[in-house]
Parts: sequence; C-alpha cells; structure tokens
Amino acid sequence: MSDLIKLSAAELASRLAAREVSSVEATQAHLDRIAAVDGDVHAFLHVSEHALETAAAIDARRAAGEPLGALAGVPIAIKDVLATQDMPSTSGSKILEGWVPPYDATVVARLRGADLVPLGKTNMDEFAMGSSTEHSAYGPSHNPWDLSRTPGGSGGGSSAAVSAFEAPLAIGSDTGGSIRQPAAVTGSVGVKPTYGGVSRYGAIALASSLDQVGPVSRSVLDAALLHDVIGGHDPLDSTSLGNAWPSMADAARRGAAGDGLKGLKVAVVKELSGEGGGFQAGVKQRFDETVAALTAAGAEVVEVAAPSFEYAVAAYYLILPAEASSNLARMDSVRFGLRVKPEAGPVTVEHVMSATRDAGFGAEVKRRIILGTYALSAGYYDAYYGSAQKVRTLIQQDFATAFAQADVVISPAAPTTAFELGSLVNDPLAMYLNDVTTIPANLAGIPGMSIPMGLAPEDGLPTGLQILAPAHQDARLYEVGAAIETLLEDAWGHSLLSQAPLLTEVTR
Amino acid sequence: MSEISTDLVRHLAGLARIDLSEAELESLTGELAKIVDSIAKVSEVATPDVVATSHPIPLQNVFRDDEVRPSLTVEQALSGAPEREGDRFKVAAILDEEQ
Amino acid sequence: MAKDKLLDFDKALELFEPVLGFEVHVELNTKTKMFCGCANAFGEGANTNTCPTCLGLPGGLPQVNRKAIESSIRLGLALGCEIAENCRFARKNYFYPDTSKNFQTSQYDEPIAFDGSLTLELESGREVTVLIERAHMEEDAGKLTHMGGATGRIQGADYSLVDFNRGGVPLVEIVTKIIEGAEADAPEIGRAYVSAVRDIVRALGVSNARMEEGNIRCDANVSLRRRGETKLGTRTETKNVNSLRSVERAVRYEIQRQAAILEAGGSITQETRHWHEDSGTTSAGRPKSDADDYRYFPEPDLVPVAPSRDWVEELRASLPEPPAERNARLRDAWGFTKLEFQDVVNGELLDIVEQTVAAGASPADARKWWTGELTRIANAQGVGVATLVAPTDVAQLSALVASGDLTDRLARQALEGVVAGEGSPAEVVEKRGLKVVSDDGALIAAIDEALAAQPDVLEKIKDGKVQAAGAVIGAVMKAMKGQADAARVRELVLERAAQ
Repeated sequence: MSDLIKLSAAELASRLAAREVSSVEATQAHLDRIAAVDGDVHAFLHVSEHALETAAAIDARRAAGEPLGALAGVPIAIKDVLATQDMPSTSGSKILEGWVPPYDATVVARLRGADLVPLGKTNMDEFAMGSSTEHSAYGPSHNPWDLSRTPGGSGGGSSAAVSAFEAPLAIGSDTGGSIRQPAAVTGSVGVKPTYGGVSRYGAIALASSLDQVGPVSRSVLDAALLHDVIGGHDPLDSTSLGNAWPSMADAARRGAAGDGLKGLKVAVVKELSGEGGGFQAGVKQRFDETVAALTAAGAEVVEVAAPSFEYAVAAYYLILPAEASSNLARMDSVRFGLRVKPEAGPVTVEHVMSATRDAGFGAEVKRRIILGTYALSAGYYDAYYGSAQKVRTLIQQDFATAFAQADVVISPAAPTTAFELGSLVNDPLAMYLNDVTTIPANLAGIPGMSIPMGLAPEDGLPTGLQILAPAHQDARLYEVGAAIETLLEDAWGHSLLSQAPLLTEVTR
Repeated sequence: MSEISTDLVRHLAGLARIDLSEAELESLTGELAKIVDSIAKVSEVATPDVVATSHPIPLQNVFRDDEVRPSLTVEQALSGAPEREGDRFKVAAILDEEQ
Repeated sequence: MAKDKLLDFDKALELFEPVLGFEVHVELNTKTKMFCGCANAFGEGANTNTCPTCLGLPGGLPQVNRKAIESSIRLGLALGCEIAENCRFARKNYFYPDTSKNFQTSQYDEPIAFDGSLTLELESGREVTVLIERAHMEEDAGKLTHMGGATGRIQGADYSLVDFNRGGVPLVEIVTKIIEGAEADAPEIGRAYVSAVRDIVRALGVSNARMEEGNIRCDANVSLRRRGETKLGTRTETKNVNSLRSVERAVRYEIQRQAAILEAGGSITQETRHWHEDSGTTSAGRPKSDADDYRYFPEPDLVPVAPSRDWVEELRASLPEPPAERNARLRDAWGFTKLEFQDVVNGELLDIVEQTVAAGASPADARKWWTGELTRIANAQGVGVATLVAPTDVAQLSALVASGDLTDRLARQALEGVVAGEGSPAEVVEKRGLKVVSDDGALIAAIDEALAAQPDVLEKIKDGKVQAAGAVIGAVMKAMKGQADAARVRELVLERAAQ
C-alpha cells in the first residue's frame, strides 16, 4: 500500500505544489488502491477512464508554471448524484443506468476548474433514499471497519471511499443526513453546508428544499479546503446564496491552532442527547465523554430544549416524499434513461411510462413516490405537506432559541454505530429513525458537520459528533470542528481512521 | 387509524405512473398505512397561527436577465434519447385504438 | 364522428341564458425562455433551443426571467389588475410527453395579477364590462407531432415526436370571472374580448400577438342556464380557438349544441372540447383522469416574487394609452366608419397610419394606401407591410396626387418604384418620368393628332353623343403614355367641340 493514499488532501496538495510528487503518481496510487480493495468495499459505481490523463495535464501545467488551485492534482470521488459529462450519472438507480449527461453539475465544473482529478462516481442509495446504500440498484457498499456492515447512507460510497483510503476527498449530498450519518459510522468527516451555500445545479434532485451538496474527507481542514472550492453563489440555482463567504480553510486552521474552545458556548439539545433512550450505549458514552472534555477545555456547555424536534422525522417524511414524487416525475423514458415496453395491453406512451417506472425504480423509491403523491393530493395537502411546512417553522424557532444561548449545538451524529447489512432493509420506519439526529438541520437549512468521536466500546466501531451552527455560519463550524478534532486527537494520540483495520489488498 | 386502502394505493400509483403488480400494491398498502400513522402527528402542532416555511433560507426576487445563453447542441440534447426520429424524441402513440 | 344536433340559436336563447368564461394564453416575446437562457424561438430546427433545464434533464434547475415578470406586471396593469405584493410559482403535476419535467411550473393560488376588468364596445354600441379574475405566469409545453394514421391528428397516430424548442416559453394566462347577461351577444362578446386582449398585448409590445401563429390562444368556457333557474349549468371548455372569428363561431356552436342536448332531456358532460376550424364544430377531448388532481405545491426550486411598489408604479407610468381609448380617439379624429377602422386595426396598421397622417397625408389617403395597394404588395411578396415603405413616402405620394402631379395610376407606378428601392416618391417620379403632363399645349397637340385620325368625332359630340369623346381621350392617353390627366383631356376635347 502506497503511503500516498494515507496523506490528507492538504498534505498531498502541498507535496504536489512542492513537486515532490506528481498528480499522476497520486492518482495512480488511488486507482491501484481502488483496484485492490473496491471489490470488497464497492464504494465506486464507475471509475474514470480519464483520471490519469487529467492528472498528467495538471502536472504539465504545473511544470509550465501556471497558477493552479489549492487542491490542484488531488484526486476526488464524486457521489453519483451529480451530473458528470464524462461519466455515467445514475443516482444509484436502474432507471438512469448508463446515462451520461450532456453537462456538468456546477460543483463538478468547479472541481475541474480548480484542477482536482475526478476518480469516479460513488455508490449511493437509489436517488439518495436510504441510510445504508442497501437501496442502491447496484448493490450495497461495505464499511471498511467491518465489511459486514453498512457505511451509512445515502452517501455510503463516498464515506467508504475516503475511509478505505480509495480517495482523500469525496463529494456527498445531504437531504436528511446523507453526508453526516455515513461520516459518523465510518470515522470520517462530512459537512452539510448552509442551504444555498453550495449550488444544486446538476445535482439530481431528491427534495429540493432540503438537498445540499457538501464535502466528505478524513479531516476538518480537508473538508474546509474542498468547501472553498465548491461553495459560493451560482446564478443557475435560484436558491443559491449571494453571501461573500469567508475562507473555510482559514477558519479550520484557526480552530486547530488556537484555544478557541475556551469560553465557547455549546448547547446540548435535550431531545438529541440520548436521554430518552434510543441511542446505543457506546454512542451515548462517547458523547458524554466529549461533552466532559469540552467542559474541561473551557467550553461552557448548556442544555437546551427543542420540543418540536419530536416532529422532525414526521415532517421530513412528508416534505421529502412530496418533493421527490414531483422531482422524479421526469424519469419517464422520453428524453433519457431506461425505456420498458409494457408486457400486456396497448403500447401507449402512458403505459410505457408506467412500465418503465415500475421496472426502473426500486421498492423504497416507489414507496416514497406513492407516499409523496398521497401527501400532495387533493384534500390532504393542508393536513400533510402544509402541516409539515409549519413544523419547519417550529424547528427553526427551536434552533433560534438554542443559538440565542450558544455558539454551536452538538449531538451524536447518528444514534448507533454502523449496523449490519440486511438488518433494517425491510423495516422502513426503523431505517428512517437513523436520521433522527441529522434531519432537524435540513429542515432548518442550517450547516452541520460530523467528526469522529471515538470508537464505541461494545463493538469497536466509530461514533460521530454532530456540530451545528446558525445559518450562514459555516466558518464557525469549521473553526469549532477543527478545535474539537484537535482536542480529541491529542487525547487519543492519533486520528481515529489510523486505527481502521487495513483492508486486505487483493491482487487482481 | 389510517385510511390507506389498496384501491387508494392503486389510484396513487396511477397518478404517479408506476405500474405496480398486485403483490406490490398489497405490501405497499400495509407499509404506507404504518408510515402514514407515524407521520400524521405533524398536524398536532401545525396550528393555524404557525406560518409555513417552504424555503429554509428566505430569499425573494431572484431573477435572471433576459439574455440568451448557449443551448445544448441537438446531438447533446438527444444523446440520452431511448428512441429518436430525425432530431426529435420518439414516443409511443398517446392514444390507443379505442380512444 | 357523429354529427352534433344543434338547436336554432334564437330558440336556444329563448330557453337558456348563456354563461361564458375565457382563458387566454399570451405567449411573451422575451428573448429567452421563462426559466432558462435558451432562445425563445421555435421556427428553427427541432430541439435546437434546449438545455438541461427546459429539457427536464436530471439536475436541471429553473431561473426566472426578469423581463417576463416585467411583461406580466405590465399586462396585469393594462388589464386594470392589482399586482401581488408577494406571489409564488407552483408546480402543476401531470404526466404528458410534451411536458419535460412532467410538471408545469405555473402559479396556483398566488397569481402575479388579479381583480381587473376590461370594457368592450359591441357593434350595437352596447358596452359590456368583463371582470378579470387573474393573470398568472407559466411556461409553455413542447410541440408534439403525431405520425402515422391518416389525419396527422392524435387519434389513430402510430407514434408521436417531440420537439422541446417551445418548452419553457413564457406565457401569461388571463382568466375572466364568469360573464353573465351576455344573451344573444355571447358570440360577439367572445370575439370582442379576445380582440381587446390582443390589442392591449400588441400596444404593450409584450407579445407578437399573432393568433394564427398561436401567440394568443383562447379557451372558451360555455354553459347554459335554463330560464328561471339560478343554478349554473355544467360547462364545457373549448380549447385552442385560434382566430377572432373562431371564438365567435365556437361560442355560438357550443350554445346551439348544448341547448339541443338539454332540450332533448340530456345532460352536459364537463369536458374539454376541441375546436375544428375546417368544419366549424367542436368534438369531445379525452376525459382527463388526472385533471382533478394536479397536486399543486409551491415550486421549491424558486423563491417568491415580491415586486416592489416602486417598480410597479414605474411600470404603470410606462404603459401606453389604453387601446380602447386610443381607438376611440383616432377613429373620431379620422372620421372612419367602424368597419374602416377595424380594417386598419386588424391589419396591425394603426401605428403606421397614424405616422402617415402625422407626416401630412389625409387619414383617408393613409388608410387607402396602407390597407389597399401596400397590403396587396406585402401579401404577394410574403413580407410585413411595414417593411415596404416609410410613412413619409406614403404621405409624399399622397401629396403628389392631391396636387395633381400624379394620377392614381401613376401613383401606383411610383409606389412600385419606391418599394423596389429606387428612392422617394418624388425621386421615382423624376427618374421614371412619371409626372402628369399638365401642359395644355402638349395635350392640344395630341388631341389635334387624334382628331385628325378620327375626323367624325367632333360631329358626333356636337350631335350630343358625348361618349364619342372616349375614343379620342383613349388615343391621347396612349400617346402620352398614360402621363396625362384624363379629366383635363376630356375637358379640352369638349371645349374643342363647343367651338
């Protein structure tokens, strides 16, 4: 195993800039790693044929003295939810099998513009509906810490890729926790930016008012560097924010270097602290220890109540299916994607659409489309979709109360460690509860981050700490996140992922 | 209890253009009934005095100037088409013979 | 298709009161589409103006065209509407292959404009005020072409082809409140209403406003209420009635068709009907099973539109004179009959006639040239009449005729020259040597010559056979190559006979 793959993106970038290593070498090392372990991990749905070519071009430009971006030459894995002009973009669905979009998502265009090297597309639950990748039409991904377990979802491919050292960086998307929960269960870092902070143009929409694209990495600084590349206003996304964002990387460096925890006001939300049960004991234990460590470091920890959070999952499972049922209506066999002829009856366009959507969508997608169609249909709108939108207001009010007393809110990022593949896949309601800690941030539009919080004693698997900040305060997340990361790693004497069992490299 | 019936699910599947089998209809009916029961509680707190939030970060009047941007080429536009004839997308007849 | 039974119109009116409603779609003439930067042009090759957004590709997102909002507000103001302080787009969900996203981005319970009115003047002089319920913004669908089958219609087609160039083009849909008390004027009210909307849209310049090209499309709702009852009858919605005359015919047809059914004890089905221009009939559309459940919800990919009051007032100040007022003013000033005036309006010649009058022509001359000879040439050449010559050219031509320098016939020749690019009318007259010969000496010489060839003519005239002069006049005109004033020649011939 090449040492190159163990480097953080920041370290790799500085060695690339110093020309101690070439992008071709770094890219090849990661392609080798993918070839060696991805048969077991299945993080990737597609590995790019152009990665080495792209890397060579960047090396040539560096040699020619051209100014390059901070992460130039660093390989990156891209969640299959994003449109890429040179690779299929399926969102984990059969209905888009083999579809190569005629355009790049804004985030992808920015990655290319900043001279990163796309390695391939990562696995995900179909249309990002799920918490385990088991709803991928192309089979699940496996958690590098224990291959019999899920790497979380929907962005389990991206979390598995970085935690298996197949890529130093990845892009995820987070509608109800799809970046943060996979980060938590794989010991990696994931950030959901403020809604509107990163363009959604070219991200295959699940729920438009909840979706947000964000970075996946092995360190807070790496996530921040990537955030700086992909973030910022995009006129093609009407919900994109026009803010002048500060440098997230600077914020992360500030947090890691200083003693920013002293006097930091941290709120623990009663409803997300595991006091009412429902959290795995080891997760609760590591969270309580983290709170104690923060207090010891000079942070002021207060408990706040968020009474409306009890309704968050219910509201989420109305808003998401409603918007998704409409967003996925375009998967109709006319302009792209799968087309299936009906087995019986007249071959009209209506029957072709219905047969295609039956054959092309998996069970979870069908379930949510039907649920969303129900929630929006005449006579139910006010009781369901309308009420759920009101719950959003209440949740925003709860957050406003919390942030009036504290700089950040913390909670466990997931109620349990990685669960066994197959254990929840037939129990949708239990699966939905995996997102109980992450959903409120999506409903309120605020930024959230998951960083490693230690291994649960009972199973030796990673747990994640969720940090939430007020809307627009993404930089605060990076500063606080880096400070806590430093605090915990100093206490452990190492990073959490350095303890991950190295996967057997199978020579192919 | 929920009013989700197989007939309702069949109607919804028709609206959503998904040709579900009878077995799928059956199992979905049971699952949806459970899910709807668990999410219907949103109406408990959604009192009339609470305003609805449809956008998490409120913005308004986001407009684009009326200036032409490059379109896709015809080949790009049709690159994903399951079937085409000339430069147009080809679909099955809209009406069947009886209609 | 079985032929509908129709009840005599007068008989239908005796038994029933027609109740109307109209939905008019106006296609805006913005440079780009409603929600993306693709060109708003669809006469070109299929699928040339598409992008991930209007093609409904996964990942595409809408961006609102400011100019379309501005045009919608101006149209709303011109219809006397209130402009919403805050409104949203909504998704109207239904599957159809010409609708790329399988939802139409439209407005639902929050239209940009509402509560307006429009007063119409009918032929009889009766004034009718139509109340406008709302005007909302939405996007057009792509174009379906039905292939195979005999008729090119959707019925019997083997398959269909889709071109998305029109998909996403901005529309404003104007919806009236129900119109009661129309009585026997119902068909005319339909025509007058659509015509008034067309004139407003044209005056604002927000649409190309050509009904025959589908820039303005009318759906006519008609129901009948039996005399003495208060409850409204079941209505039908006749779609895509695409000329003023068709609106009138379609309303009349539906009144007669529904009356026949009701009179025979039947009932009306609430349905969409299609207007057939060729046969002048309507036929039932496919009953839409999804029609009652569009699952509207606020478009989450777009943010609210909240036009500031300053902006609205700025747009209000920029409105042109209302067409109805302008029409009344000009008709009065020009002294045209209603029919003459309508000719000018229908030919889209109001502005140009006004400019020609301003350049010095008499209104009658300006009208005559533009609706007559120039329209004929434009039609023959297949070009817009306004492109042929300038209003000042017509005014100059008209002055040349008035001064006797040109006869009508010479003036037409001069006009040909102007159209051909030979210069101003005066220059063409000069170059082509078209000027009327007003020198009596030259005319008398020509008359002498003609009389020498037909010596008996003078005698005939003296005997009272004045028409005999015609032969001499003809000969003189021929000799002068038409450049003589025939009336003057006649005078001179008669003078000679009287000597």
